[in-house]
Amino acid sequence: MLPFILKRVFQSILVLVITGAIAFSMFTFVGDPIDNMLGQERTLEDVERLRARLGLDQPVPVQYFKFLNEAAHGNFGVSYRQGREVSEIIMERAPATLELAALSAIFAVVMGIALGVFTAIRRDGFAAHFIMSVSLIGVSLPTFLIGILLIYLFSVELGWLPSFGRGEVVKIGSWTTGFLTESGLKALVLPAITLGLYQMTLIMRLVRSEMLEVLRQDYIRFARARGLSDRVINFRHALKNTMVPVITVIGLQLGAIIAFAIITETVFQWPGLGLLFINAIQFVDIPVMAAYLMMISVMFVVINLLVDILYAFIDPRLRVSAK
Amino acid sequence: MTEPVLSIRNLTVEIPTRHGLFKPVKNVSYDIHPGEIRGVVGESGAGKSMTGNAVIGLLDDPARVASGEIWLKGRRIDNLSPEEQRAIRGREISMIFQDPLTSLNPLFTIGEQLVETIQLHLKVSATEARERALALLDRVSIPDPKTRFDQYPHQFSGGMRQRVVIALALCSEPSVIVADEPTTALDVSIQAQVLDLIKELASETQVGVILVTHDMGVIADTTEQVTVMYSGEVVENGPTDKVLSAPEHEYTKSLISAVPRPQVKLHRFPQVSYGGRETTFKIEDLARNWHKPELSKSGKLVEVKGITKKFLEKSAILPSRRTYFTAVDDVSFDIKDGEVFGLVGESGSGKSTVARMIGTLLPVDGGQIHFDGEDVTAMSAEDMANYRKQIQMIFQDPFSSLNPRMKVESIVAEPLIHHKLLPPDQISGRVHELLDRVGLTRAAANKYPHEFSGGQRQRISIARALATQPRFLICDEPTSALDVSIQAQILNILKDLQEHLGLTMLFISHDLPVVRQMCDRVGVMKQGQLIEVQDTETLFANPKQDYTAQLLDLMPRLAQLSS
Repeated sequence: MLPFILKRVFQSILVLVITGAIAFSMFTFVGDPIDNMLGQERTLEDVERLRARLGLDQPVPVQYFKFLNEAAHGNFGVSYRQGREVSEIIMERAPATLELAALSAIFAVVMGIALGVFTAIRRDGFAAHFIMSVSLIGVSLPTFLIGILLIYLFSVELGWLPSFGRGEVVKIGSWTTGFLTESGLKALVLPAITLGLYQMTLIMRLVRSEMLEVLRQDYIRFARARGLSDRVINFRHALKNTMVPVITVIGLQLGAIIAFAIITETVFQWPGLGLLFINAIQFVDIPVMAAYLMMISVMFVVINLLVDILYAFIDPRLRVSAK
Repeated sequence: MTEPVLSIRNLTVEIPTRHGLFKPVKNVSYDIHPGEIRGVVGESGAGKSMTGNAVIGLLDDPARVASGEIWLKGRRIDNLSPEEQRAIRGREISMIFQDPLTSLNPLFTIGEQLVETIQLHLKVSATEARERALALLDRVSIPDPKTRFDQYPHQFSGGMRQRVVIALALCSEPSVIVADEPTTALDVSIQAQVLDLIKELASETQVGVILVTHDMGVIADTTEQVTVMYSGEVVENGPTDKVLSAPEHEYTKSLISAVPRPQVKLHRFPQVSYGGRETTFKIEDLARNWHKPELSKSGKLVEVKGITKKFLEKSAILPSRRTYFTAVDDVSFDIKDGEVFGLVGESGSGKSTVARMIGTLLPVDGGQIHFDGEDVTAMSAEDMANYRKQIQMIFQDPFSSLNPRMKVESIVAEPLIHHKLLPPDQISGRVHELLDRVGLTRAAANKYPHEFSGGQRQRISIARALATQPRFLICDEPTSALDVSIQAQILNILKDLQEHLGLTMLFISHDLPVVRQMCDRVGVMKQGQLIEVQDTETLFANPKQDYTAQLLDLMPRLAQLSS
């Protein structure tokens, strides 16, 4: 078990060093920051002085090492556009995105598994066929279109839910939450569904096909021959076996929810990291872009590491022989 | 005589298909008395398992009981509601499946699975259920039940798992156990132990056992009564001794004569001739277009010199802490031109690993393999391609050794194309010729593997292996997955190939009677070592090693058939 985890941690670090290199290379290759920072009226001396002060005259590997070291301490420099510490801006924006992502992840996983199991057990029922057909729409429509359709229906026509923003938020320390006010909760509904719908249909289809596969196995027949009830067979014996491969995909999809919140946040003008990133691109605010990139890759790597460990907990065969 | 615990009366099962009603079980009747073991024998598709499934109420949709009655201890059970049938399942009637490797849920400990079943049927507390589970494990002779209780199925060997499955079947003291091919997937020695256990349990707990099998040896060894089924109908019914020694129905006679005899060597395997099952083909067809393989320089085509194979058992970062399992330990033998060399042993003894190393599917960790004087383990890439053309393999499982997405024509043509043996316009003709040789029609070329039965698929494998006109054929348990009747056909094809085409063969099997019929010389493997090599006749008449004698002893014997 321990060698297995160590191996995965080592791989994770390798991934982070590589994404770090990509984030870092943006500074060197996407325009010269000196140009952006000094105005038209600059002298060569000014340029040299600033270059030395920022450490840009040093060899690239040294700069990269410094960047990694600073990044590991949560220091990504100063935003070109806002003139504030990048880490500060990110901390300010993170709660909006994390709350949205958490809610849509819960929606995707709970609904996805429940509907997947339902459509697998009632394979030939009318409801199962109906859900499967509708789910095709969920997979094939692009996220922004779903968001716009939902806004049109629930905000414009019915007027039940707000079409943009987070509503009122409550401050708890440095964290701001929309979970505690009515307008905050209302504002969460549409973006969460928009963001989670694709993942939900994906999880549902995966659970369904895995479950159908598992239900064909001999140990399920044998469980029936032992006289176990359908409920125990479906939810105890079959579901656990179904989850083994499904968990990997869920892990990857959770990362994707956070990374791809950009589109949803743009559609709903959600004041989160995605919107921050889009704005940063428009203004070539490289420190913000680099920080966002690093943060997303850390999140992906951590989630996948957790999934691998969880995998070993569910499947005893992995525990004994750590291959 | 006591009252039967289970009676099946005129049972008919039907499956609606596009071509009308198909009846896999027609008018079947038999009784089981307490403590009695009734064998149900027949080839696959005869409806023996379907009858068992109907008894336990587990017919797969859309199969259903069309008519007839099933009585359990004076109560009619075939017309109960699904819920009432479930209450009987596992409590009154239990089941044991063929493959112990897949019938336990891999994610739960065997203790959890036992306790779950016991609590379901007996309504006892968790502690009592645990006590009872431990007692059951002890009863089926699992050593150290307390430790084993908390282990997962993958930590048990095949034979041990089948014992766990039996323990699960015994959870609620059932009146009847349906054992569907319970030992088919097991070795000879393990098979004997499991059958003994079933016999013991039947006499001790007075449970009635329906033993479904296609193995006549198992029937002769284990059962008191036997029912012979052929295409859904019972053709013969009676005490085992009587049916085996004086069969009345033609099918039974032909089935019994098709069982390979361990005692005598016959020229050909008798086939099941009943119902037009016999397939023949002309030897001239086989020999046409086939150049006799050239003889090796030394007279020994294959020389295996001290080969060894180790598998990593436990990985570790430090090489010194890694542990290895020696699967093949310093094995040496040689195979002469035109000879069939047999390799026997229990599973895990390393026979298949040896075959794979000779077939270059696994690298050798030590030792050498010489083919016609050339060292295979140190060949250039070019020589290796030439070597691979001259050897071909036939595998055990005809279901997984053929690519399901390829048509038979492409499967058989693949070696011809890969080794560039024929110009493209001649390939199709050669494929048809090869299919003819193994007794398949030309129409087969355009079908996919799933449209064929197990025996037909194995013939496709043989046709594929013959495509390159090999000098050496490696057969790894070629008939273990097949019925007696089909087995005879395949073995006869292999025998003809060997005799008329002068093929040299390595024949691996755990079925000793088959080995006796097929092989000129036999090597016995035990735990990775080759412990004895003898002429077949000498080995069967007086084995040198105790282990060999023990293996020979364990063969289920049809004593009545020795004459």
